[in-house]
Amino acid sequence: MPEKVRLSITVNGVEHDVLVEPRTLLLDFLRDELDLKGAHAGCEHGVCAACTVLVDGEATRSCLMFVAQLDGAAVRTVESLAAADGTLHPIQQAFMQEHGLQCGFCTPGMLMAACELLEHTPMPEPDDVREALGGNICRCTGYQNIVNAVCAAGPLLAANVGTPTAPPAQGVSA
Amino acid sequence: MSSVEKPVRRPDRAALQDRRWVGRSIPRKEDPKLLTGRAAYVGDVSVPGLLDAAVLRSPYANARIRSIDTSRAKALPGVVAVLTGADAAEVIEPMTAFCAEPVPQHAIAIDRVRFPGEAVAAVAATSRYVAEDACALIDVDYEVLPAIVDPIAAMDAESPRVHDTLDGNVVFHRRVDFGDVDGDFARADHVVRRTARWHRMGAQPLETAGTIASFDPFSQSMTLWSNTNFYNFLPWTFANMLRVPSNRLRVVPCTVGGSFGSKHLTNKVIAIAGALSKATGRPVKFMEDRADNLAANDNVGPDRIYDAGLAVTGDGEFIALRLEIVDDYGAYFQFAHGQHGNALSQPTGPYRIGSLSYEISCVLTNKVQQGFFRGAGADPGNFILERLVDAAADELRLDRVEIRRRNFIRPEQFPYKIPTGNTYDSGNYEGVLDRALALADVDAWRGEQEKARAEGRYIGIGLASCQERSGYNATEWWFLYDKPPLPATSTPESVKIDVSAFGQIRVELGCPLWGNSPETVVSQVVAEEFGIDPGEVSVTYSDSTSGAISAGPGGSRLTVMLSGAVRGASRTIKDKMIRIAAHSMEADPADVKLVDGQVRPKGTPSKAMSMGDVAMLAHLFKETNPEGEDSGLVTTFTYDHPYASLPSDDRKDLGAFYPFVSHACHIPIVEVDVETGVVKVLKYYAVNDCGTLMNPKLVEGQIMGGIVQGIGAALMEEYRYDQEDGSLETGTFREYLLPSMHEAPEIVIEHQETPSPFSEFGVKGAGEGGRLVAPTAIASAIDDALKPLGVTVNELPMTPERVVAAIAEARASAAGDA
Repeated sequence: MPEKVRLSITVNGVEHDVLVEPRTLLLDFLRDELDLKGAHAGCEHGVCAACTVLVDGEATRSCLMFVAQLDGAAVRTVESLAAADGTLHPIQQAFMQEHGLQCGFCTPGMLMAACELLEHTPMPEPDDVREALGGNICRCTGYQNIVNAVCAAGPLLAANVGTPTAPPAQGVSA
Repeated sequence: MSSVEKPVRRPDRAALQDRRWVGRSIPRKEDPKLLTGRAAYVGDVSVPGLLDAAVLRSPYANARIRSIDTSRAKALPGVVAVLTGADAAEVIEPMTAFCAEPVPQHAIAIDRVRFPGEAVAAVAATSRYVAEDACALIDVDYEVLPAIVDPIAAMDAESPRVHDTLDGNVVFHRRVDFGDVDGDFARADHVVRRTARWHRMGAQPLETAGTIASFDPFSQSMTLWSNTNFYNFLPWTFANMLRVPSNRLRVVPCTVGGSFGSKHLTNKVIAIAGALSKATGRPVKFMEDRADNLAANDNVGPDRIYDAGLAVTGDGEFIALRLEIVDDYGAYFQFAHGQHGNALSQPTGPYRIGSLSYEISCVLTNKVQQGFFRGAGADPGNFILERLVDAAADELRLDRVEIRRRNFIRPEQFPYKIPTGNTYDSGNYEGVLDRALALADVDAWRGEQEKARAEGRYIGIGLASCQERSGYNATEWWFLYDKPPLPATSTPESVKIDVSAFGQIRVELGCPLWGNSPETVVSQVVAEEFGIDPGEVSVTYSDSTSGAISAGPGGSRLTVMLSGAVRGASRTIKDKMIRIAAHSMEADPADVKLVDGQVRPKGTPSKAMSMGDVAMLAHLFKETNPEGEDSGLVTTFTYDHPYASLPSDDRKDLGAFYPFVSHACHIPIVEVDVETGVVKVLKYYAVNDCGTLMNPKLVEGQIMGGIVQGIGAALMEEYRYDQEDGSLETGTFREYLLPSMHEAPEIVIEHQETPSPFSEFGVKGAGEGGRLVAPTAIASAIDDALKPLGVTVNELPMTPERVVAAIAEARASAAGDA
């Protein structure tokens, strides 16, 4: 067994000094070590993107990345979006309003990919959404309501205080 | 066939006209937990002392296991138990099967593997990583046998057998003639014949199947956390399989990340986790990974070869249908011929076809067995029927719209008994067709098509008019067997409603959250019944110790059945509240009503009591209540299927078993690239009639999702096996292709509402309709696009390779004719 790796990683604003096996996947680290269950294992070979989180602001498949690659990185997960008092993040509100989810298993990955898009493209058009989220598989919705939700999130974000990657007012992160 | 005389109930007109919450697109109550990562899917659950499991699978389709050496695996630090099939059989029974034939199946194979990916050993360890390491250290000595891949070859009497317990590989064969089929074919002016191939596809929900099993050796009890559905329908089958008393099994439902029919049982993961927990005395989690799921989860749908004929008069009137079907079931026969029982609910579709011959041969091969997948066997049934209808239109030179109009069951003919005995409750098919034609503006698309053809581009306009039977009863799993002559089941659904002393209502469901919206639906129904806001209703999930039977989602039944169950429970609670309130008001209960969350006496609104006032009396003050009234405000109501009848002994009449029949007309617009064979769906129109809409936005979500799954079925999704060695060629999502945003078109949906006379509020099912119609609608669109080339689609999915081959074949055939 190779030696464990010591590194520092910031997750949802909290810095963790950790000692991990080199083969530990980011997805398993988030779910098993930090108890953040929002990122999901759908395929574990990088196709479905249910495991998407933001790594230094970039939408990333956490099933294809080792924690050992992430010394000094900042990771954001779906748990960082809603406020502790139950206020949903505007992107989450948009998904609810547009019925952009059914079973919800792909949803955290969709939300995090949408965060990255909205950071760069505050008022996306449907084609922008298809380009940015085209690699995220949903088996339930047929996608139309997801596209509508991400488009609707633009105006909602503009009307709210906050940015795509920061929680709404009085929010706290994990 | 004639109309039937048995309308069991007429719609409650008042409820339809004055409804406040039924029919409104309120937001989903399920959403916040799903949006925030707090849903508690089974993979998110942990318990103290939990071990993780992994499974070693056979690389071979067909092989004898000479020996298994687990010693190196057991020696690995962190490994707690390694079980072979023989080890597991010490602690659990074979897997539950619903077939009458001797096709035993073990969750971990014993002595022989029969499909690629069949489990040969399972490991429990301190982490999944270690468990998988241990799998790599298990040494299996296989004697590889020739793979039985082709179902037609497998039917040969000389073929090697998948199971030595059977005489051959045709595990079930039956032909049933409903009505005078031979006579009808003899008097037909035309017989339209088609062969068709519907390939093997899988449900592939994004969440795989998983279970935590925790065995308590002291009480001989077992607790499961699982994403199975049948924990309140058939929990005793799990208990039997796990060899624990049925009164000592507790199954805790977890939020389910999609199912599409594939998680009714999930027996394999339950058995493996259960056996490992018994072996270790610790809780064990077995969560399939995607490779496990693709290779070995029982979520594969039909795999059928059709030889079909439609008898037609000179006027284009359909009179009889003949279907001969070979269905490749794979290596086992878990749900018997249930997928054909399902198809027999609507084989003649929306048409007046007087007789039917249905012949099936269920064949076993070295592939993973069939389970249920959205459509459940009626999906290829719609495909072959609509192919025949389009072929009839072509051969008789009739317009494809006109031929459908001539043959639709007319609105005044309902309830309508089809040849098999199933009864359709209500419908207005021509109304749906007309709205779809208007919605799609077909004339405008014909103009586009013409322009495109002038540019050498091939645009096609599809059309399909199909049924979506809903509200199943499980009798379909066995009614084609004569023995044992089991009666009909009512396949019930139960809910518990309790009202707290403060008058606040909670509903406890017996079904899981499977990706649909049971919390929203029951909140709407409770709000309707009590005149309160749906947001005030709390909804929770019972575990399997509720003791009340619930079959849960499946067969597009849940909204129909929950409406009945919640309404029934609400009536009991309301009646009691009215009796108690009337007694307190010194009024006649007949003059007291529960409206807007208040109990009001007629004429004196000032004496109204709040629900809290009445509930407090019910909870605490028995002596002030009417004599004989027991304390509390709680009831469990079991809603049995409201319209099921017995099959006849000779099976010439299967009874009414799927009576809530929704209908849809789909018009997809596609463009076919004749060079690459890629079919792109440009736009998609659908008009749907599922009776009274409970929540239009959520119904549309179901339809859109189903349509995109149907696009997958029509163009992409297929389990492929090597024809020589039988290995699975589609073992990851890189080969088994699911539709993405890039394949999903803009979808436009409208509704017609023809209420069911047999269900509460007139609702019918809507969960499967999209996928039941879209594949055959896309096939029709491809035909229309490639009409100048003479291509007709007889096979799905039409992958680019198949499209190119079909075009080449049509061109060669045209050149040969010239």
